[in-house]
Amino acid sequence: MDLSYTDEEQAFRAEVRDWLAETLPRDLSEKVRLGKRMSKQDVEHWHRLLNAKGWLAPNWPKKYGGAEWNAVQRQIFEEEACLAHAPRTLPFGLSMLAPVLMAFGSEEQRQRFLPGLLDGTNWWCQGYSEPGAGSDLAAVKTRAVREGDEYVVNGQKTWTTLGQHADWIFCLVRTDPDAKKQEGISFLLIDMTSPGVTVRPIVLIDGEAEVNEVFFDNVRVPAENLVGEENKGWTYAKYLLTHERTNIAGVGFSTAALDTVKHVAQNVKSGGKPLTENPHFAARLAQVEIDLMAMATTNLRVVSAAAKGEAPGAESSMLKVKGTVIRQELTSLLRRAVGPDALPFQPDYLEGGDNAEMMGPEHAATAGPSYFNMRKLSIFGGSNEVQRTIITKAIIGL
Amino acid sequence: MDFNLTEERRMLQDTLSRFLADKYDHDSRRKGIASGRPFDPDIYAGLAELGVLGALFTEDQGGFGGMGFDLSVVFEELGRAGVIEPLLPAVLTGSLIADRTDLVEEVIAGESIVALACTESQARYDLDNVETSVVDGKLNGTKVHVLNGAQASSLVVVARESGKTTDQDGIALFLVPTDAKGVTIVDYTNNDGTSGATVTFVDVALDETNRLPGGYAALEAAVARGVLALSAEALGAMETAKALTIEYLKERKQFGVPIGKFQALQHRMADVLIEVEQARSAVINLAGHLEADRTTRERNVSATKNLIGRVGAQVVEESVQMHGGIGMTDEYALSHFTRRITMIDHWFGDVDHHLARFIALSAA
Repeated sequence: MDLSYTDEEQAFRAEVRDWLAETLPRDLSEKVRLGKRMSKQDVEHWHRLLNAKGWLAPNWPKKYGGAEWNAVQRQIFEEEACLAHAPRTLPFGLSMLAPVLMAFGSEEQRQRFLPGLLDGTNWWCQGYSEPGAGSDLAAVKTRAVREGDEYVVNGQKTWTTLGQHADWIFCLVRTDPDAKKQEGISFLLIDMTSPGVTVRPIVLIDGEAEVNEVFFDNVRVPAENLVGEENKGWTYAKYLLTHERTNIAGVGFSTAALDTVKHVAQNVKSGGKPLTENPHFAARLAQVEIDLMAMATTNLRVVSAAAKGEAPGAESSMLKVKGTVIRQELTSLLRRAVGPDALPFQPDYLEGGDNAEMMGPEHAATAGPSYFNMRKLSIFGGSNEVQRTIITKAIIGL
Repeated sequence: MDFNLTEERRMLQDTLSRFLADKYDHDSRRKGIASGRPFDPDIYAGLAELGVLGALFTEDQGGFGGMGFDLSVVFEELGRAGVIEPLLPAVLTGSLIADRTDLVEEVIAGESIVALACTESQARYDLDNVETSVVDGKLNGTKVHVLNGAQASSLVVVARESGKTTDQDGIALFLVPTDAKGVTIVDYTNNDGTSGATVTFVDVALDETNRLPGGYAALEAAVARGVLALSAEALGAMETAKALTIEYLKERKQFGVPIGKFQALQHRMADVLIEVEQARSAVINLAGHLEADRTTRERNVSATKNLIGRVGAQVVEESVQMHGGIGMTDEYALSHFTRRITMIDHWFGDVDHHLARFIALSAA
């Protein structure tokens, strides 16, 4: 047992920290620190900077242009990036599609799509959920019918995150309606500029159109865009979901959020004293900090096992549940800390750059919307209830 | 970073776990407690022979362990088996009696028990609240909840030589034989089967040979070790409660199916499973910071004890609920682990005490 990092790991952390200090543009980190919204240009800018360093794809092998970091290194990078208020990278292409292409795609598909993920040519989105297929993902109905060298796709995807910016979408489509529901699904790559694709943004509870509906009306997709074998898509989807769940604990996010809550609470007064001295607030804050201290270690236990090649099972579901409960509690505490200044809805500030005016102190405009937005954490990626079922089934085996 | 035990500690864990699986059965343990016997001397001698007590002391002290992860490995196994034999006193007093090499040797050999007499009735969980006094070589006062006080050959007594009741300065430590004139010990059995005592000192004559090195700071550091041992013991006991409950969810049938098929129970069990992992991480955090600077160590003491108390309550309440009536019987092992886990919350500060203390330590 040794809780300290090795010399190599500490050197790596220092390298990451120095690079972030030199490279991360101040306007981007301020937007992240204040909880403002990232534009498409912001994300692309950050991707370019990371890619120039070779750090855009932490888990990819070097031969495809990745950093090929192990799980501990990825964890260190995530922590440092969060503490420096770096924007998050887009996971859809980099950590969801790419591992599937590497494991199940053809060499031609890898050559065609992987470079575009790194150099910013293509923005990818995920076509999984449908109006009738949420946590029960295998219920997808979007139909793809083979006609010669093409598939003809009809149906609808929903909750497609940042799909309004996307050039491509990877989709689960039903190719065999008569098979058992998991067995008739295929994994298809669709060009969003194809005739018949319509994207309709959905304005969410925080006023932002973060997600979309995507409609397919007789969209013709070349058969070469099928990944792996027809009707094997569910296997690939499950593989993808295990990758989606790495970093699911969000320790870095929570550590940064805890700092923000403390900073705000120390600087607002309640009954003439800093809010941190209000016993009810202080108790909630201390409890979530204690939970986070333990979860950081729970996460490192899983990460360190993963770095040795052990595949996480129920552990990633545990981290998903606990990690999201902690992150949501922190957004709740930030909203409370801001107090009455959380009332005004200030979209110009949320969307705006450095010069946008805001009523109230720092975080006043973002505390409410981010509290609302983060309700998603316990819903997406398999709801926390689905995770609880997975955990118990894995351990008691019924 | 490495979350695996060293080879030595894994061997210790295996040996201890095999010994307890072999010798420490629920029925004889239960009969012993029901008969009012504070512990089983044969088991205690067996544990000493295995070197379990030696593992609680550093090499300088004549042991072969004594670090955070030595304590956590030993006490997790003791907790898993529900051991009530008096190993905790050795953790609480071991660092305080380090300069009495003969006595330490006797403790390691299982021949002597040295108990910690620190708590007073007005003090609740505050270690620095001490009225027991030493004035002109006479010790006077009353200590309550002295673990294994009636089985001890001597006591480490926390007493005040100067200052107000709540001053940290003026607190001193004395080694007092239990057969000294003026010492009265009244013992009783705790809810979990362990043995407690009220110890009264009336004009007990002390001289400088009774004085132990260190004052409040040494006491706090010793209690930090005790909190780690208790937390690891609670973790082990939770693992047993969890295992019993998992088995029960699979075996018990109602409405024609195993009750583990019901989603209401599955989801609650999932939370128990998650929180037991959190408890394990909390024990690791404290074990890993036991030798750190005072503030870091004590923040981890309070964080861990708070989390263990919360998770412990969740584990026992859910385990008993999922078992139904059988979980409430004295005959079934779960009720014994329930009592132990719950009573651990009452040693050296409960959930609320340590939450408040964590806040105070974080603000400092």
